Amino acid sequence: MAGITITGVVKGFGATPVLRGVSLAVEPGEFVALVGPSGCGKTTLMRIIAGIETADAGEIVINERAVTRLRPAERDIAMVFQSYALYPHLTVRENIAVPLAMRRLSVLERLPLLGRLLPGARRKRASIGDEVRRAAAPLGLEPLLDRRPGQLSGGQRQRVALARAVVRRPAAFLMDEPLSNLDAALRVQTRREIVDIHRAAGVATLYVTHDQAEALTMADKVAVMMGGELLQVATPEAIYADPADLRVAGFIGSPRINTLAAEADAEGRVRVAGVPAGLRAEACGALTLALRPEALRPAAKGLPVAIEHLEFLGDGLLLHARHVPDGAALVARLEPEAREGLQPGAALRLGFAPGRALLFGADGRRVAARADAGLVPA
Amino acid sequence: MRARIAVLALLGALVLMPYLWMVAASVKPVSEIFRASLSIWPEQFAAAENYGKVLARVPVLHYLWNGVVVCGGILLFQLLFAVPAGYALAKLRFPGRGIAFGAVMLGLLVPPHVPALPLYVAASGMGLLDSYTALIAPFTISAFAIFLFRQFFSALPDDLLHAARLDGMGEWSIVWRVVLPNAWPAATAFAIFSVVSHWNDLFWPLIVVQGHEHATPALGVLYFRSEEAGDDFGAMMAAAVLMTLPLVLAFLLAQRRFVEGIATTGLKG
Repeated sequence: MAGITITGVVKGFGATPVLRGVSLAVEPGEFVALVGPSGCGKTTLMRIIAGIETADAGEIVINERAVTRLRPAERDIAMVFQSYALYPHLTVRENIAVPLAMRRLSVLERLPLLGRLLPGARRKRASIGDEVRRAAAPLGLEPLLDRRPGQLSGGQRQRVALARAVVRRPAAFLMDEPLSNLDAALRVQTRREIVDIHRAAGVATLYVTHDQAEALTMADKVAVMMGGELLQVATPEAIYADPADLRVAGFIGSPRINTLAAEADAEGRVRVAGVPAGLRAEACGALTLALRPEALRPAAKGLPVAIEHLEFLGDGLLLHARHVPDGAALVARLEPEAREGLQPGAALRLGFAPGRALLFGADGRRVAARADAGLVPA
Repeated sequence: MRARIAVLALLGALVLMPYLWMVAASVKPVSEIFRASLSIWPEQFAAAENYGKVLARVPVLHYLWNGVVVCGGILLFQLLFAVPAGYALAKLRFPGRGIAFGAVMLGLLVPPHVPALPLYVAASGMGLLDSYTALIAPFTISAFAIFLFRQFFSALPDDLLHAARLDGMGEWSIVWRVVLPNAWPAATAFAIFSVVSHWNDLFWPLIVVQGHEHATPALGVLYFRSEEAGDDFGAMMAAAVLMTLPLVLAFLLAQRRFVEGIATTGLKG
């Protein structure tokens, strides 16, 4: 079994630092999604792991083998590119066969006509052909084997790229935004297929995406990257419910998490706009109170807000409101039946359970908190 | 639409006229060529006479074979050197790349007649005059080819090359198995320019070749005119038709690819 371990990877382009000491471990058989906004360095990190870029500092270990100084081909990894990077002049069958042919056939055996005449080449080619069919079948590519990439749809090309990655049985998969060129319906379907491929292959997979929905739905673990640093690596549930950093909380979740300026007195009692919020923080001074939209609901005691507008989503209702004391925008996700009696312009109080409130310090790091008397009903 | 076709047809006819006249003259007797009235279609066919004279007096097939060897050799080496060079200039990062590309651009500016004298002296010094080597060697490295391939390869996506490296290809494999097969339009366009210009080249063969042994088709026509034909225009035109025939046939056979190549590389001459 194989895993990927990277330690202290640093990379800069000119004077611009892109990666500031990134360390990450992908356990054998684990699916890790590396997610972050555009330009955060996630693709650069993946290229460094693949060997396409070289790191300024740091170590990469794949399958318990230090590969930092090895060429891409020697690292025993397969990569799926955003652009698919299929060979346009080769058929689907030949595209999938390339990684095997390059490894198993000698230079002479690869020659166009002469190569077929050499002893042994015929048998090797036959076994490569079998493996190509085995890799293509589960992806439904068998009827397409003799077409060229130009004659395929985006989804079909994507599957060819996946088959080309799988066929070699590499020690690890790297996937660089493989779904971003597909339409929305196909994307959801292909997500499932990629997870199935990962399960069947059982090798470490690092999946780069800017789409948090992909990261949360597919991965065993999500690594959130911003500004060239890994902010948090945890299960999707923990990343969502228990973010370690305000930037993680803000990046993951849609609609975006609500934030309110708060402060804690010397004893840690948290106040929002001067009103006790029912929380006691293990810190004092300026804080940020963050609340997921589904943590807010209309209550007798709570944050005073003015309703701005309502969005009906079918399975839910988004209530857009403004916090009266400081004008901060808030979004609450309610049951669709809650619409009754809610009017734009009306005043309302939004309460929350203290267990669902997240507090962050001035540096953006999470601050521990527990319930206290205040805004919320005891 | 119809008017446009008419204009194009007229222009096409104008361009084709000299060639048609040459073909027509090659099957006419001398008396008919020098007649005052103009007619394309001959009254008397003298094809057998004219072509027979050419085939009997000069080794036409030998000239054509020389042409194939020289043009084929030049093209082969040009591709052998220019494709990897173009790839390196387009896609690899190495110190001095900018200077190397600048040198290629400078090379484009030098007309072939400028280095003719030093090349002649060098060939003479090495005892290579009047040989295939002397005809082929000076053209094996083409700045134009390197420039053309560099421009074409620059447009290839980097991810394709990265994928090839991950699949286990070395840089040489990438050049011949990935880059060149995806550059057929550029390669065919370049092949036309190279073969046509060297098949028709008279300047350099005239300098380094003496005698029939290594004469190229263009030189052959010249020899035939000065030694054999005198003012026998019918036979001379027959010789010219024979020398241009391979190019015309090659074009007709691969017409679609040629047009494709020139259209997609933007190399309209």
